[in-house]
Amino acid sequence: MLRLFWICVLLLGSGWKVNAAIDPATLLAGVKKKYDLVRDYTASAQLKTNVLFIKAPLSQVTVYYKRPDQLKIKNQKGISFVPKGTVNINLNNVLGLRNFEAIAAGTYQVDGVTCEIIKIFPLNDEEDITRATLYVDPTRLLVLKSIISTRESGTYQIAMQYGAYASWGLPDRVLVEFNTREFKLPKGTTLDYDNGSSKVDAPKGPQKGKVEILYRTYTINQGVADAIFR
Amino acid sequence: MFGAILYTELFKIFRRPRTYISFGAIAVIVLLVQFALRVNGTEFIRFFTDSQADTFEIPESQILNGYFVCVAILHLILIHVPLLVALIAGDMIAGEAQTGTLRMLAAQPASRTTLLLAKFSASTIYVILLLLWMALFALGGSLLLFGQEDLVVFRETDLHIISQQDVLWRFIAAFIYAALALTMIAALALLLSVFAENALGPIVATVCIVIVFTILQQLKVPVFEQTINPWSFTTHMLGWKGFFYVEKTSEGVTINGSVENPMALVRSGAILIGYTFLFVLVAERVYRKKDILC
Repeated sequence: MLRLFWICVLLLGSGWKVNAAIDPATLLAGVKKKYDLVRDYTASAQLKTNVLFIKAPLSQVTVYYKRPDQLKIKNQKGISFVPKGTVNINLNNVLGLRNFEAIAAGTYQVDGVTCEIIKIFPLNDEEDITRATLYVDPTRLLVLKSIISTRESGTYQIAMQYGAYASWGLPDRVLVEFNTREFKLPKGTTLDYDNGSSKVDAPKGPQKGKVEILYRTYTINQGVADAIFR
Repeated sequence: MFGAILYTELFKIFRRPRTYISFGAIAVIVLLVQFALRVNGTEFIRFFTDSQADTFEIPESQILNGYFVCVAILHLILIHVPLLVALIAGDMIAGEAQTGTLRMLAAQPASRTTLLLAKFSASTIYVILLLLWMALFALGGSLLLFGQEDLVVFRETDLHIISQQDVLWRFIAAFIYAALALTMIAALALLLSVFAENALGPIVATVCIVIVFTILQQLKVPVFEQTINPWSFTTHMLGWKGFFYVEKTSEGVTINGSVENPMALVRSGAILIGYTFLFVLVAERVYRKKDILC
């Protein structure tokens, strides 16, 4: 009788495990379906650059997106140094991959939400993305965080918060973290005035930079001219 | 009396054709730099941004605007302007001695102090006019040719982006500061001029002093960095650049209207004024007792 009880416990336990294991392909397909609702958008946003060697004002920018992978951030006024990896805020770069291996890697809390961790490995050597980790909210089918390693521009960690446009899979706030190279010009080229502060702030070695994009409004599926991305 | 002497001194300065060499040289240099940046400006900017080209989208065409070009011109020119100032101020007393008019000048019903101060004031007015001319060409001309945008200032280890609304006052402050620095050079040349009997000596001596201290500053070796450079006037003459170093919040956002470490600028300005007073004072003492009969 006791033996039968333990067998039942084992069977139930293994059955529960089978149910709890997320199929990454299914989850990604669900997320992609949601993101595919957006063919294009034009968004008005505020961009804040926080890089040790850059002092920049807040920028008012317009973000243009067109499926599958065109994304452009243009300053409405003024100058800003936009990290090249911000194109990866367009998740279609990852979700649009055709030939890849996806692995479920457990769960993780992002902003209080239990997210499924999906690791994605493109199998095509020509892809710029070499590896991606998505933290997916399985209930809302939204990506809350992604870590994307690229061949050309290093690794980017992107955190997304959603609000009014969550049903379209479009975030209200995006925080991009990336590696920066040391900025150092040859001595004597700029003949700096020594006001005593440069020695304190001098960056040494690679640093982490951050760019925060706060979206105000989106205009979705109204068409965006190709010329904007040139 | 002071006004009349000052008027005469200014008349003498602007009657000489060589005075206009400075104005002509500045106009030519500014136009050449503007032409070069118009043709190869992108390459010029890439020199500063190359190390970041893999990480950031560099808005080269936006960086190359009138304000940026003006800062580049000032960076190139202001180092050499002391030569143009010495050309006039170094001639003030020594030139009179060389042409034999120093005694005639001293025969006027005005004290030697008044005479020297009038000459110094005339040199200062020349400096201001030279800077106004430079501002007209470098700032006005560049804005006309390249348009307005935010200003990007590159330093050895960082770069500052300043909103275009926050730029103009910085240029005005920088030009006023440059006037302060060049007036100090005029005072130095005037001091050396008091000791000389021909104009070439003080002009060359002033330029040599500036070159020596500039080299000591550029060497950036501790032995000079800790001893001479903190008090060297060439260190503080670069203070005009300080108006283009902006302060930022903890999140990296620039604060409009701010200047990084403004007390350093105040100190530099005070040191330049101090040198100017010292040079004029010594020049006045020496000139008052100068034997002009032999």
